[in-house]
This record gives sequence, C-alpha cells and structure tokens, in this order.
Amino acid sequence: MIFDGFLAQLLLGTWITIKLAGCALVLGLSLGIIGMLGSTSKISGLRYLSRIFISLIRGLPELLVLFFIYFGSGFILTKIVGQYIEVTSFTAGVIALGLIFGAYASQTFKGAFRAIPKGQNEAANALGLSQRRIFWYILLPQAWRHALPGLSNLWFVLLKDTALVSLIGLADLMNNAQIAASSTQKPFTFFAVTGVIYLLLTTVSQYVFNYFIQRSNRHLAHL
Amino acid sequence: MNLSLILAHLPQLIQGLITTLELMGVTLLFGLSLGLVLTVLSSLNRWYLTKTINAFIFLIRGTPLLVQLFIIYYGIGQFAWLRDTSLWLFFKQPFACAVLAFGLNTSAYTTELFRGAIKAIPRGEIEACQALGMSNTLMLCHIVLPRALQFALPAYSNEVIMILKCTTLASTVTLLDLTGMVRLINAETYASLEFFLVAGAIYLLLNGGIMALFGYLEKKLIKPLA
Repeated sequence: MIFDGFLAQLLLGTWITIKLAGCALVLGLSLGIIGMLGSTSKISGLRYLSRIFISLIRGLPELLVLFFIYFGSGFILTKIVGQYIEVTSFTAGVIALGLIFGAYASQTFKGAFRAIPKGQNEAANALGLSQRRIFWYILLPQAWRHALPGLSNLWFVLLKDTALVSLIGLADLMNNAQIAASSTQKPFTFFAVTGVIYLLLTTVSQYVFNYFIQRSNRHLAHL
Repeated sequence: MNLSLILAHLPQLIQGLITTLELMGVTLLFGLSLGLVLTVLSSLNRWYLTKTINAFIFLIRGTPLLVQLFIIYYGIGQFAWLRDTSLWLFFKQPFACAVLAFGLNTSAYTTELFRGAIKAIPRGEIEACQALGMSNTLMLCHIVLPRALQFALPAYSNEVIMILKCTTLASTVTLLDLTGMVRLINAETYASLEFFLVAGAIYLLLNGGIMALFGYLEKKLIKPLA
C-alpha cells in the first residue's frame, strides 16, 4: 500500500487546503479593494478606522487572529443571538486568512493605484466617463499589472498559512498528515510528503503567476 | 471583560511572555548568524555552494513553517538509531527544536534579503576597493557587509516582526509561550475573548517596540552616512 493506505486521505486533505486557500483569496481580494478604498477615502473617520484596522491585523500573529476568530466569533455571535452558534473551522479559517490577506493586499493595491500616471484619470474625466467606469475600465486593469507581483507573494504566504487552520481542527492536508503520522508511527515520512505536496502547490502557482505577470505586461513588447 | 480573572492569571501570562522573548532572542541570534554565513558563502561564486543554498532557500520558502517544525520535532524521532546518539539530547527538547526550525526558516529569508542588499551596493565602491588593492576578506568585512547591512536594515525589521509572529507556533510543540499559555488558560476557563485580547495587545506592544528600535537604529546608522 502506498503510504500505508493514507494516500486518499492526504489527497482529500490537499483538496480541502486548496478550497480553503481559494475561498480566502476571493474574500481577501475583495477585502483588499475595500480596505484600499477605505484607507484612501475622503471621509476622515472612515479613513482612520480602516487604517487602524489594517495595522491591527498586520501587527497580530496569524495564529492569534485565527484563534480569535474561531473562539471569539462564536462567543460574540452567541451573545448577540442569544443561542449557541458554532462557527466551523473552515469558515473561521476563510475569514481569518481572508482578513490577513486583505490587510496586506490593501497596501499592495494602494501602491499599485499610485503607480498609475495622473493623466490617465484626467483623460478619462475629460472624456466624461463616470467615476465607476473610470475605476472599473481605466484604473483597475492598469493597477492590476502593478499589483500582481505583490499579490503573488501574498498568495504564497496565504497558501502556507492554511497549514495553521489544522490547529483548530479542519481536516486539511496538515491535519490528515498528523493523523497519518500518529497512527503509523512514521512522522518523518508523512510530514516530509506533506512538505513535498505544499512545495508542489507553491511551485505550480509560481508558474501560473509568472504567466499572468508576463501576460499583463504583454503590451510592453520592448521590455 | 473580567479583570480579576486576568489578574489571577497574570503570573502565567508573564511567564509565557518570557518564553516568547527567549525564543525570539535565540532564534534571532541563530538565524542572523546563519543568514550571514550563507550570504558570505554564496558571494564566493562557487556553483556548488550557490546551488545548495538556492535549493535550501527554495525548500524553506516553499513549505509552511508548521511542516518544518513538525518534521524537526516529531519527524526526527522516527529514526530509531538517532535516539541512541547524543544528538537525541538536542532533538528531544521542544525549545531547541523550535529554535532550530524558526532559525533555519528566518535564515533563508535573511539570506535572500542580504544577497539583494549586496547587489544594491554601487559597483564603483567595489571597484574602488579593488583599485586600492584590498584583499577579498578585507573588502567583505569593511565595505561590503557594513554597506549591505545598511541597505538591509529597514527590511530586516519586517523579518524580526515575522520571527515574533513565528514564535506563536511554538505552542504546537508543547512549549508554553504567550500563545501557548493563552491556549492553556482558554481551555481551563473558557474565557476566550479576554485572554486573546490581552495576548493580542502584548504582541502589538512588542511589535511597536521592535519598530521603534529599528527606527532609532536607522537614524543612528543610516542617516549619518547618507
């Protein structure tokens, strides 16, 4: 038997890890854009609030944010609703990792939007485009190119941080590896295999990101 | 918030904080020295050294720290022959394993950082050293490393903060650092929010301290030379 019959479990765990990272990425990207808009907002209250929130998340250890969401949100929701509400480890993981990704991504987006020449915005304004259209059709596609390298780094951090969610009991790759390690008494084999799987995930996503980074620069043929 | 509950557990929290600071200090020393050694080795332009160091960095950066920690702490025990050697005295201690895992991890990132900093040194400064007839060792110790440290200092503060955040993982290998202590208290009292908030506040304070320290160092070390 390959891996003492634990191969299927490891693969299942890998799939859950990918799902977790994917959901957290979607949430994180949205939060990143919201955070960017908030921290550059003209309303000073909103601006300070989002800046404080972003620095809080960035300053706290990832594990603590995860524990806080997992143990804390259930506690708060129960207090509010008046009956016991359980936040699943998957939900808590997606929220925590999404928040962390979003806090860092908001800074990346801020830099990316700043890198767009002012003339682009002015030209779009002169053409009479609405603010929403300027954002979606002129600014965002250009900011995307500047943001991609930073976002790819954040994705690697996110992918590796998913391992932490095993500590609150999600049956992801890491958790299944722990079960396999303790029941077969072969911890080195299973953690090494787990490491290789994570390495595969990061390497493959590296190629995907490199493709998109190159694609986003394809109009700069001379570079 | 239940203040008296927090006060009752204050000694435990302080004990946890001390463990966190110890972990961080030893990791910092080990990681920085190993990072410096790897940087110097890879600047020697020997292909086998560079290849090996690149492979090490690739492995460390491509896998989660938790996996690295578990391989070192739980994984090594799989080799029965190793348990009879004196190495086992090292690997059976969670503190030593945690420091080894965190130190190896941070050294990989530090090496990347320092190599980038060495590349950022203006070519003319190296040429000036060669024109003055300096030996490679003299140039490395007196020009290249000090200059690279200046370039790397602002980014290195991020690395130190990363180390602080990493130490929270020590709670997974039975160590009672601040996070481990809070997890223990949480399991005993079910007062999740209070203690996680206190721990969060302490981590934020430590972070602020690190940033203030590096701000001071930058002023002292970089401004006069700019």
